[in-house]
Amino acid sequence: MTDMERTISVVVNGVPREATVPVRWLLSDALRHGFGLTGTHVGCEHGVCGSCTVLVDGQPTRSCLVLAVQMDGHEITTVEGLSRSDHQGGQVLHPIQEAFRECHALQCGFCTPGFLTTIAAGLDARDPSVEITDEEVDELVGGNLCRCTGYANIKKACRHAAATMREGAKVATPAPQDEEATR
Amino acid sequence: MLGGDPHPVKPAPFSYADPVSVEEALDVLAAEGEGAKVLAGGQSLIPLLSMRLAAPATLVDINRIPGLSGITAGPDGVRVGALVRHAELLASAEAAGVQPLLGRATANVAHPAIRNRGTTVGSIAHADPSGEMTAVLALTGGSVTVATPGGREAVGWGEFFLGPLETSVHGPAVVLDAFFPALPARSGTAFAEIARRKGDYAVCGAGVVVTLDADRRVSSARAAYLSVGLVPEVHDLTDAVIGQPVDSADWTAAGELARGLVDPDGDLHASADYRRLLVATLTARTLADAGAEALTRMEAA
Amino acid sequence: MTTKFFGEPVRRREDARLIVGQGRYLDDIGPGAYAAAFVRSPYAHARVLDIDVSAAMDVEGLLAIYTYEDLTGPMAEPLPVLIPHPQLTAPRTGYPLVRDVAQHVGEPIVMVVATDRYVAEDAAALIEVSYEELPVVVGVDAAEAAVHTVHDDVPDNIAARHHQETGDVEAALAASAHTLSFTQYFERSASMPMEGKGVHARWDDADSSLRVYSSTQASTSVRAAIAAKLELSLEKVEVIAPDVGGGFGVKIVHPWPEELLVPMAARLLGHEVKWTEDRREHFVSSAHERQQRQEIRVGYDDDGRITALDVLVWHDNGAYTPYGIIVPINTATQLLGPYDIPVYRAVVNSVYTNTVVVTPYRGAGRPQGCFAMERTMDRIAQERGIDRALVRERNLIQPDQFPYDWGLTFQDGRPLVYDSGDYPAMMAKLKTLVDWDGFAERRAAAEARGKLLGIGMAPYVEGTGPGPYEGAHVQVLGSGKVLVSTGLTSQGQGHETVFAQLAAAELGVPLEDVEVTTGDTRRFGYAVGTFASRAAVVSGNAVALAARGVREKALRIAAEVLEADPADLEIDEGLVQVKGTPGASIPLRTVAVLSNPLRYAFDEAARQATQFAGPGDDSKPPVAVGDAPGLEHTDYYSPLRSTFASGAHAVVVEIDPATWEIAIEQYAVVHDCGTIINPMIVEGQVHGGVAQGVGGALYERMAYDRDGQLTNASFMDFLMPYASEVPDVDIDHQSTPSPLNELGIKGAGEAGVIPGSAAIASAIEDAVGRRIAAMPVSPTELYDLVRSDAERVINTSPHDSGAMA
Repeated sequence: MTDMERTISVVVNGVPREATVPVRWLLSDALRHGFGLTGTHVGCEHGVCGSCTVLVDGQPTRSCLVLAVQMDGHEITTVEGLSRSDHQGGQVLHPIQEAFRECHALQCGFCTPGFLTTIAAGLDARDPSVEITDEEVDELVGGNLCRCTGYANIKKACRHAAATMREGAKVATPAPQDEEATR
Repeated sequence: MLGGDPHPVKPAPFSYADPVSVEEALDVLAAEGEGAKVLAGGQSLIPLLSMRLAAPATLVDINRIPGLSGITAGPDGVRVGALVRHAELLASAEAAGVQPLLGRATANVAHPAIRNRGTTVGSIAHADPSGEMTAVLALTGGSVTVATPGGREAVGWGEFFLGPLETSVHGPAVVLDAFFPALPARSGTAFAEIARRKGDYAVCGAGVVVTLDADRRVSSARAAYLSVGLVPEVHDLTDAVIGQPVDSADWTAAGELARGLVDPDGDLHASADYRRLLVATLTARTLADAGAEALTRMEAA
Repeated sequence: MTTKFFGEPVRRREDARLIVGQGRYLDDIGPGAYAAAFVRSPYAHARVLDIDVSAAMDVEGLLAIYTYEDLTGPMAEPLPVLIPHPQLTAPRTGYPLVRDVAQHVGEPIVMVVATDRYVAEDAAALIEVSYEELPVVVGVDAAEAAVHTVHDDVPDNIAARHHQETGDVEAALAASAHTLSFTQYFERSASMPMEGKGVHARWDDADSSLRVYSSTQASTSVRAAIAAKLELSLEKVEVIAPDVGGGFGVKIVHPWPEELLVPMAARLLGHEVKWTEDRREHFVSSAHERQQRQEIRVGYDDDGRITALDVLVWHDNGAYTPYGIIVPINTATQLLGPYDIPVYRAVVNSVYTNTVVVTPYRGAGRPQGCFAMERTMDRIAQERGIDRALVRERNLIQPDQFPYDWGLTFQDGRPLVYDSGDYPAMMAKLKTLVDWDGFAERRAAAEARGKLLGIGMAPYVEGTGPGPYEGAHVQVLGSGKVLVSTGLTSQGQGHETVFAQLAAAELGVPLEDVEVTTGDTRRFGYAVGTFASRAAVVSGNAVALAARGVREKALRIAAEVLEADPADLEIDEGLVQVKGTPGASIPLRTVAVLSNPLRYAFDEAARQATQFAGPGDDSKPPVAVGDAPGLEHTDYYSPLRSTFASGAHAVVVEIDPATWEIAIEQYAVVHDCGTIINPMIVEGQVHGGVAQGVGGALYERMAYDRDGQLTNASFMDFLMPYASEVPDVDIDHQSTPSPLNELGIKGAGEAGVIPGSAAIASAIEDAVGRRIAAMPVSPTELYDLVRSDAERVINTSPHDSGAMA
C-alpha cells in the first residue's frame, strides 16, 4: 500500500509519458530532471515566486508545491508546450510568447516561463472578444516575482497579447470552445 | 551545542499512500500512527516537507478519494468537501448566495495558482490563525466533519481550533468537510485585509456580519480577525452600535471597542499596536460596508 | 558607422530561446552530474569543535564528504581579497570551508556530494557539528562599540577607514552662515536574482583539464581563481557563464567557496558535480548590501547654497571583505550628486559584523550616498523655507563647468571628473514631468478624500563604465555569419542584442547575420566583468573598435579585387561595393573567404581561395608581412576614466492615515545615459531599477536578530515587490553624450535604483510632516513615527513645502 517509488502515467505537453519517480520528488524536479524539461525554473522552492508554475489540467499550479506522484493520470503543460505546431511543421507561438518578445517583457528570462504559463492559461480562459481590463492584467501577473523588469513591460505584453487574440477572434470564424482551455 | 544546518529544500524520504476510500485512509493512518500525515492541497504542507520542518514517515494523499470534492449549498448553509479547491469555492455563485463571506474571503487567499491547488478544508485543518477560512468558519459559527475509526462527528469551530497550527483532532482522522451556516436574514457581510504585498498573509484581516432589525437598526455586529490571535477570534461588537440606524451607526465606536478587545502580538511586519490600529480601522470600514449591504438585501427582500 | 541599427529599439536576439523554455541556465546543465549540498553554520559566531560524519556515511548514494581538513595547498588558504586598497588595513576573508570559527550564519562547513540533491540533503542532515558559541556582533552600532569583536585580531572591528576631502571642511563649516547636523540609518537588502548562484564542473582526466559553468558576472576571473586555487595551468581551465538568471552585483564576487569546491570535487571524483544554490542558502550565504549609519554636517548660506559638507559613514561590511571597500568609496564619492560643493570631506569606517558579507548590489553604495545628499537638501529647504526644487537648482553644477574635477579619487582608482551633463535642463524636465509646481492642487484634492499626499524628488550622478578595459573579437566567416565575442558576461541586460547592433552598424551587415557570445573563456580570455554599469560603455566600444578593424581589412581586400580605392568602398547589407557604381561589388562573405589563402578546398566556397584559383601577385607572399589570414580582428577599449550618467526621480505618495499604508501615486524619471544604443533596453533597465528602488525604500530588509539569525530568509518574509507593489513609471530622456568615448555612451544598468529611497523618503516626509531618517519605512514604522516625539515635526508644513517658489 505504501512505497518509496511509483510509476506514473502523465500527459506532458500533449504527449503521454510514463516514468518511475521517487515519491518524494517534487513535480518541478520530475519535469526538469526526469523528463528533461528544463524550461520550468525553480526560484524559491517554497511556492512564493511562481517561476516554476506549470499548468495541471489547464490550471496554473506551482510545480514545487505538488509531488510528482500526485500527477498520475493528469495533464501537464510546461512552457515548452505553450506553442503548437503549424501544418508545415513549424512552431506557432502562443500570443503571450510573441508579446513578451515584442514588448521586452523579459530580461534575464528566469522567471519568464512561470509568467508565460500563468498568463497563457488566463488569456485562453477568457472571452477574447472583450477588451482586457487593468484589473484582469493585475490578476494575471500579480502572483509571480520578477527581479529584472519592474513588471511594466509584462503588463504591457498582457495587453498586447489580449489585443492580438481579440483581433484573431474578430477575423476567425467562431470556433467551438476548447473544453480543456475554458474549464 | 550540536547542529547541522543544511538548509534543505527537498523533502526527507517518506512513503506514500493514496487510498481510494475514507476507510482505507483511516486504516493507513491507524497503521502508521504518529508518523503519518494527510495530504490534501499541500500548499502549506509541501513547503514544510521541503524545508524538512515536517518529516512524516508516511503521507496519506486523500486526493483520490471520491465524494470529497463537492460544494453543497442549501438553505441552512454551505458544506464544502475536503477536496474543494479555493478557486472552486471562489467561483461558486451558489455558495456566495447562501454565505457571501465564502467568496469574499477566498478572494484574499494568496494568488490564483495557490488557489487552484489549495483546499478550503485543508487550510482550516492547518489551523493557521492568519488563514482567511479559519476566520470565516469561526465568524459564521461553522463546524467540520471529522472521520475517525470510531465514526464521523461534527466538531464546532470553537472546539476545533486549539492554537496556532493545532486542532483538537489527534490520531487517525480525516476532516471530510466544513460547514458554513447561511447568512441570516436582514444581514450583510464584508471582509477586508491588509497585507504588506497583495496576496501575502494578512498583517491583519477582518470579516464581519451585521444584522438589522425590522426598523433598519443594528441588532447585531460581529467580527472575526486574522493574524491577531493564536486562534481565530470572534468578537461581538453589538454593544457599540445596538439600536443605531444602520445608515448613521457609529462604526468607529465599534472599531474602538474591537481595538480594546484584541491582544495581538508584534512581529517583523507589524507591531502589536499597529495591529490594534488596523483592527479598529478594518472593523469600522467593514462594518459600514456590511451594514450597507444588510440594508440593500433587506430592501431587495 | 551606419545609423541603421544604432539607437533603434530592435527586439532582443536572446528572447527567441528564452520564451520557449530553451534557455540554458546553470541547473539545466549536466543532468547526470552528482549533486552537492552544504552544511552551513547555524550560529553567527561559533568555534567548530567537532564534525561527526559517521551517521551520514551510511546514506545510500553518498559519494563524498569534505571538510576543511580535506583541503590542501592554496585551497586551505583564505579566499582572496579581490580588490586590495591601502586604506583596507585589516582585510579578512574566510576559507572555502570553515577552518576554525564560523563568522556568520550560513558559512559553509561541510560539503556533501551524492547521486542527487535529495540524497545529498539526507546525508547533510545526519552530519553533527559541535560548536562553542561566541559573542555576536550585529549592526554598525554594535560593531563601533566593539564590546565584542568579530575577528580576534581586529579589536576595533574596523576593516578600513576610507578618507577623502577637497579642502579644510572644519574651517568651511565654521565660516558657514548656517549649519545642520543629523544622523541617518539605511538597512540591508540584497541583489536577490531569481536564479541563485550555481556551479557545474567537469574534469577531463585524459586531458587533465577542467570545464566549469558558473552563474557568474566574471567568468575570466573565476577561471584565474580556480586555476590558482586548484594549481592548474590557466589553459587547462575554461569557465563559461551560461544564461544567467539575474545578477545585480552578487555574482560579481568570486570565487565563491562553491566555485572552488565543486571543481575540486569533480576532479577528485572524476565525475561531473553540480551545486545549485537554493533560495534559503542564497539568503544566508550570498552577499547583502546597504546597511550604513550616516552622520552629516552641512554648512549653507541664506539662499540654501551649500558651503561645506562633512560626512561620516559607518558601513557594515559583514563578516569579511572579499570585495574590498568599493561600496564605501562609492558612497563617499557618489554622494555629491549633481551639486557644486565647495568643500567636502568623507570618512567611511567599514566595520565587521557577524553577518553575511556585504558587496555591491545594484547601485553599490550610491543609494545611501544619494539619500545622504538629498535629505540634506530637504533639510536645508525646510530650515530656510525654500522650495525643495529651488534649493537643489541653486546648488547644481552648471553646463559650462564640465569637465568638473572634484579632486577626489573614484572607485576605479582614477580621478573623479564629471565628463558631461546638463543638470539644470534635467531638473526642468523632471518638474514638468511630475508637475511639481501644480502639486498643491493635487494635495488638496487628496486631503478632501481623507488621504495624505506628498511629493519628493532626488537627482543623482552615477559614475559608470569604469576600466580597466574590455575586449572583443569580431570575425566574418565564409558563410557570411559574423561572430562577435567578448569576455564580459550577461545576466539579462540584452548584450547579445546591443553588441550585435554595434557590430552590424559598423560592418554594414544584416543584424540576423551577427552572433554574439559573452562570458565564455573559450572564446575570449581577457575581460574584467559585468558591474558598475559598464558593459555598453566598455565592451560596447570594444566591439565597435573590433568591428571597425574587420571593416578596414575587408575594404582593403575588396579594393584589390574590385581594383578600387578602399576609400571609395562601402558595405551595405553584407555587400562591399563601390559607392555610386552599381554592380561593382563583392559579398563580404567572399571577402572573408579570400582573406584566408588556402591550399585545400574543404568546401565549395573555399575553392575561391585556393592556390590555383586565380592569378596572384607573384612578387608578394600570399599573406603580407604584418598581416594575418582570416577576416577577423580583436580590439580593446580602455577608458581614461569613468563616464558620469545622471538622472532625477520624483515621486508622489498617497498615505492612508487610518492604516499608514503608503501607495505610490506617480513615479517620474528623467534619465541621461549619453548616447543610447537601444532605447527599449534602456527603458527596461530603468523600470527594473525603479522596482528595486521601491523595494528598498518600502519593503525589503534583511532582518537580523541580536543573535545574528536572519529572521526573514524566505520570499514569504523578505518582501520583494510583486507587480502590485511597483508603480507605473513616466520616463523622459535627455542625452548628453560622453566626450570620453567615441560612441558617446554612458552606463544605464544601475541608475534606476539609486534615488528611490531618497525621493520616496522625501515624499513621505512631505505627506506626514515627520522626519524620515531611516530606510526602509513600513506602515507599522510610519505609525510609530507619527505618534512619536513632536520634535520630529518638520518646520514647514506639508501643505506648503511642496509647491512654494
